[in-house]
Amino acid sequence: MVYKESLSRRAFHVVNVIVLSAITLMGFLPFVHLLAVSLSSNTYASAGEVTLWPKGFTTNAYQYMSENAAFFESLVVSLKRVAIGTVVNMLLVVMTAYPLSKENAKFQFRTVYVWFFAITMFFGGGLIPTYIVVKETGLLDSIWALVLPGALNVWYTVMLLNFFRSVPKDLEEAAIIDGAGHWSLIWRVYLPISIPAIATVLLFTVVGHWNSWFDGILYMNSPSNYPLQSYLSTLITAINVQIISVDSLAALQDLGEKTLRTAQIFMGALPIMIVYPFLQKYFVKGIVVGSVKE
Amino acid sequence: MNNTVIRRLRTEWPLHFLLLPGVLVTLAYHYGPTLGIVMAFQKFQPILGFFKSKWVGMRNFEYVFHLPGFEQVLWNTLIISFFKILFGLAIPLALALLLNEVRKTWFQRLIQTSVFLPFFLSWTVLGGVLFEIFTLRGPVNGLLSSIGVDPIMFMGSNGWFRGILVGSDVWKGMGYNMIIFLAAIVGINPSLYEAAEVDGAGKWKQMLHITLPGMMPIIILLSTLSIGNILNAGFEQILLLYNPVVYRGSDVIDTFVYRLGLFDRQYGPAAAVGLFKSGISLLLVSLSYFMAYRFSRYRIF
Repeated sequence: MVYKESLSRRAFHVVNVIVLSAITLMGFLPFVHLLAVSLSSNTYASAGEVTLWPKGFTTNAYQYMSENAAFFESLVVSLKRVAIGTVVNMLLVVMTAYPLSKENAKFQFRTVYVWFFAITMFFGGGLIPTYIVVKETGLLDSIWALVLPGALNVWYTVMLLNFFRSVPKDLEEAAIIDGAGHWSLIWRVYLPISIPAIATVLLFTVVGHWNSWFDGILYMNSPSNYPLQSYLSTLITAINVQIISVDSLAALQDLGEKTLRTAQIFMGALPIMIVYPFLQKYFVKGIVVGSVKE
Repeated sequence: MNNTVIRRLRTEWPLHFLLLPGVLVTLAYHYGPTLGIVMAFQKFQPILGFFKSKWVGMRNFEYVFHLPGFEQVLWNTLIISFFKILFGLAIPLALALLLNEVRKTWFQRLIQTSVFLPFFLSWTVLGGVLFEIFTLRGPVNGLLSSIGVDPIMFMGSNGWFRGILVGSDVWKGMGYNMIIFLAAIVGINPSLYEAAEVDGAGKWKQMLHITLPGMMPIIILLSTLSIGNILNAGFEQILLLYNPVVYRGSDVIDTFVYRLGLFDRQYGPAAAVGLFKSGISLLLVSLSYFMAYRFSRYRIF
């Protein structure tokens, strides 16, 4: 059956595509601008003459950046943080979600533990007491200050334990008859089945560690221990101070400063911009599973 | 009685063992700070610690509530949160409805990818982007001057800055909620639309009478759950973007605590505000979860 669309319907489609295109542009044009500025000569960039295409094309900023020790030091801290943090987080989430996914009949103390962890989602000490505990446990200035306080994410644990519960009980029983203990149950039965959930949690964990900046600022006394995003935040706070007085516009025109800054910020975003389109489907699935459930 | 406990422990000990690391970390870095709240009632001095610092009762609370500007901080928190929640739900909802009408799948995917991008980037990167596009000689002011408007100090004006806070928060988060809303639309029974078509309902009527009512549970769920968060106006975002010029319009409870505690070293009063906030948040979160359970049978476990 072919029927002609009404005029108003076609008009709607045209308007719809225009509106959505505009919103699509809002999603990535700002980053195109950032890239264009970082590839322009500083004179044009600070005069505000660059919009979406580099003016006075130069890769000076990137060359300068490759010699910038602070950037690389912080990049190394970030990579270390992502590696250690992800391993610790994933281990803890799996080790916690598995026992909590048991039925009460099989694990008597389950409810006690569930409440023990659940309470942390509703109430906490807040910024100042947490800072003092991190300080008292001697973590300041160490990579563990960025890993240990958030080592167990209760949200991801809940997500995973709900997934674990959907594992068919027959599989588990068959494995137990074959002599499997809890550890091999986790590795051989639960994890292979839960790959979609594990992938989602893994990706969120990696992105979370890569993107965090505030704990770096808070717990690291020496800027050489800053992870990349914390280092980038110092660049932003620096402009922030200049913005207060209009007179200091001159300061914004310092040699290479603007293009160098944008180049570094762009590099801070690049890994995610490259990886994320490929991983998007996992994220999307995980979000839907995690939020909309009956 | 005792025997069964022992027998159970014998079979269940591996499960306890697996939970041990998680329990230890949670005790140290969650329950530890929670106990540290006692400093809200102390004249806390780091050298003396929690045990030897002097107790002052409610004096920290009185001190903070009487600080000039504290009312403004509360107001800022509420108003910024309110608009973030309102637009953070309404815009993704509208987007999801519009996107659902697009028939080319490649275009749909392109929009999703682009709208979702800011969600995965840190506030530092987004902050960098915002500063570049809203600076005095940035592209936004360039656009404005081409239609004859004088340049605006977006990041240094109390009026504009809040708008930027809300706008950029919506920009960062809209992909996420849009996905949830889209999932809800997909879940609606297609035969309802066929029936409506037979009855002569146009697309607009269909949206009004089928799509929106079908999405109601998820809309109500997301809005009730967001009530619990109303005192979190976006700490990292504001801390990164604001400056003393715009404190008046953008200082929220969290940023206030941060400055009071870590810059002015007033640990006791800062912990008192923190506790005040956590207490109210606890109430609101419990209430919102209770309502979410009543309305949508939503449960965490």
